[in-house]
Amino acid sequence: MVGEGLVKGLCVTLKHFIGTYIDDIRWLGRRYYRDDALQIRQSPKARGIFTVQYPEEKLPVPEAFRYIPFLIYEVAEDGTMEDRCTSCGICAKVCPPQCIWIERSNDPETGRPIPAPTNFYIDIDICMNCGLCAEFCPFDAIKMDHDYELASYKRVENHIFDKTRLSRPVDYYRSIRPSDYALEEAARAEKEAAKAARRRGGSS
Amino acid sequence: MREGLKKNTVNEIQAHFDGEILADEREGQAGFLVAPDRLLDLATVARDKLGYDYLSSLTGVDYLPEEKMEVVYHLYRSQGGPALVVKTQTPRENPRVPSLVALYPGADFQEREAWDLLGIHFEGHPNLKRILMWEGFQGHPLRKDWHEPYFEEEQKPFKSRWPEGNIIRIEDHVPHHKNVQYPEDFSAETWTPEGDAGLYAGLARVPENAGGNGRPLQTDRIVVNLGPQHPSTHGVFRMVVTLDGETIVDLQPVMGYLHRNHEKIAERNTYIMNMPFTDRLDYICSMSNNLGYALAVEKLMGIEVPERAEYIRVMMAELTRIVNHLWAIGFLLNDLGAFFTPALYAINERELILDVFEAVSGSRMMCNYLRFGGLARDLPDDVFETVKELVMERLPRKVKELDLYITSNEIVRARGIGVGVLTREQALAYSAAGPILRASGVAYDVRRAEPYSIYERFDFDVAVRYNGDVYDRYMIRIDEIWQSLKILEQVIRDIPRGEIQTGKSPYQVRVPAGDAYGRVENPKGELGFYVVSDGKPNPWRYHVRAPSFINLTALGEMCKGQKIADVVAVLGSIDIVLGETDR
Repeated sequence: MVGEGLVKGLCVTLKHFIGTYIDDIRWLGRRYYRDDALQIRQSPKARGIFTVQYPEEKLPVPEAFRYIPFLIYEVAEDGTMEDRCTSCGICAKVCPPQCIWIERSNDPETGRPIPAPTNFYIDIDICMNCGLCAEFCPFDAIKMDHDYELASYKRVENHIFDKTRLSRPVDYYRSIRPSDYALEEAARAEKEAAKAARRRGGSS
Repeated sequence: MREGLKKNTVNEIQAHFDGEILADEREGQAGFLVAPDRLLDLATVARDKLGYDYLSSLTGVDYLPEEKMEVVYHLYRSQGGPALVVKTQTPRENPRVPSLVALYPGADFQEREAWDLLGIHFEGHPNLKRILMWEGFQGHPLRKDWHEPYFEEEQKPFKSRWPEGNIIRIEDHVPHHKNVQYPEDFSAETWTPEGDAGLYAGLARVPENAGGNGRPLQTDRIVVNLGPQHPSTHGVFRMVVTLDGETIVDLQPVMGYLHRNHEKIAERNTYIMNMPFTDRLDYICSMSNNLGYALAVEKLMGIEVPERAEYIRVMMAELTRIVNHLWAIGFLLNDLGAFFTPALYAINERELILDVFEAVSGSRMMCNYLRFGGLARDLPDDVFETVKELVMERLPRKVKELDLYITSNEIVRARGIGVGVLTREQALAYSAAGPILRASGVAYDVRRAEPYSIYERFDFDVAVRYNGDVYDRYMIRIDEIWQSLKILEQVIRDIPRGEIQTGKSPYQVRVPAGDAYGRVENPKGELGFYVVSDGKPNPWRYHVRAPSFINLTALGEMCKGQKIADVVAVLGSIDIVLGETDR
């Protein structure tokens, strides 16, 4: 029958239309602006409308999410900050758009390079968020951030991040990537233990 | 078995040519070397006698140190099997090679591309002019001695970045500042693109016997530009259409508005750096783009991939196919005038799949997930559960709903059935790939024809439809989603635990000298990566056989004789992405 397909299609649209109201009623006004509701609305269990009311509602990002890199520093017990970065330059060498610039300086007395970078720049206009720097850093010193709200009015002033702007404490890293952090710490502890065992074995 | 096949072809070809054609014996290279004047003979024999009826890829390589240009052809049999690789060399100054358009019409755009980017002259090509660069452009940018604006160094990593990285904005401080070269006597005020005038003139030719009764018909032809501003929401693409009334007499696609010389960038990059760049080709299918490139480089390196990683790769590639086909169906309906309701229904589930991608790789669309010999990260268990739920429940429900919603709709049928027909012979000749080829009755699927990864383990059917019209190209996408779901069910059932990377993935891989062609059945068609290595950290040549680009070769043919309103539907049914078309 001519028109049967059309009617079937319209029924699907109608079902979607009614479905949104049914879902609203089911949540009794608690469908929006709540984290628990958002979680379900964005999962395979979701029914009704998919849209998120950004910026009032924000989707939680998964741990793997990657955006502009940052540098990690450790805070020692006496409050001094120590960079994990040793300015080995691997991140700058692996960076596909070549947006990382590292300045390493030499110790004026010995003439040897100082391990910590004198400065570290990332041009975030050029960064393509691929995460290769974080992946290949042997010291876990550079990691991908979760903060994606970086819009600004002044490109020239604000879009080259220097070392101060890039540095974040290790606690911040732990808060955004807890399971990565745990894995790395475990690996490090294991290495330390092996080293200590070797040292003990060597001295005895 | 593969060796046997290869030997067979060698014997057959050498029998035909009495030992005139030699196997390419350079280190790591494969195929036959043939002099340009015997190329047509060889191609004729290959097509008519040996059954290599499908020209997959055609590209040039600039061997600057040897002062040679090489053209590389990858021919396949439509029944499946390995490639016949033919190479021909010509002097770098004034390189001339006979055109294969008469034998393989699918060579048309590829030869134009090789002319445009490498300056190889194809003798006998009916319309040899620039295709990706603008008409007034000077030089051939893929040549090794050509330097782009803001050129810094031949190869990455650049020395200025470390250890004395005093940042500069690249546009302020480079020796070739604004080195765009213009032709002599160029003035922006007076210049009119010669190519455009030629384009219109070529289209407006009225055949002598147009009236049909012996007298010339006195009708005006109108040239209409569809685009370049998003003619149908697909991207910046232009179609120059000549109309007789409302009927299309001729159509020429004009592209290159999004050209960024992806291949040149890739030849400056190291191998691993190219992985995130492949994401940006067909940005809807970044996972399977990664797979094609990884396969090509793994072939060169000769490394294996662990079981679990193979399963995850297939899982991601098939999820990508579903994403792409949902997208294609949704936006085909947009093109038909059903504005955005079907599109949004279709891409609803895409959102959930992108969440999966984001959780495994860190990004929704620019996944950058595969590494040579494995993957960047393992698949977390909770994400696996989500995939399971999607594959077992949510996606089948969605496809059923789409089927109910669209398939029997009278308007879709009226707009689709019999429109934009591409016959089986045309589809093969024009090197159409993927759903376009299979909707025309050729059951050719790289996953079956030359299985890669672990596809030979899975039980699935190659979807095929026979009418070759817009409606069949819609239907085949629904069929393929069902087959992808079937594969995914098997992946979920069989996926083992274990390693996801062979050895440690170093930041600079060692790739032995040689060439390799890695091809995958991307959702839009066969995606191929032709990589030539000279043993250095950067690829010497990197070429992308882009399905969206080559599928457009047949667009003109599909549209001839149709009404102007159908053009958009036909374009939508090809399903192109301009990031890949223009590269």
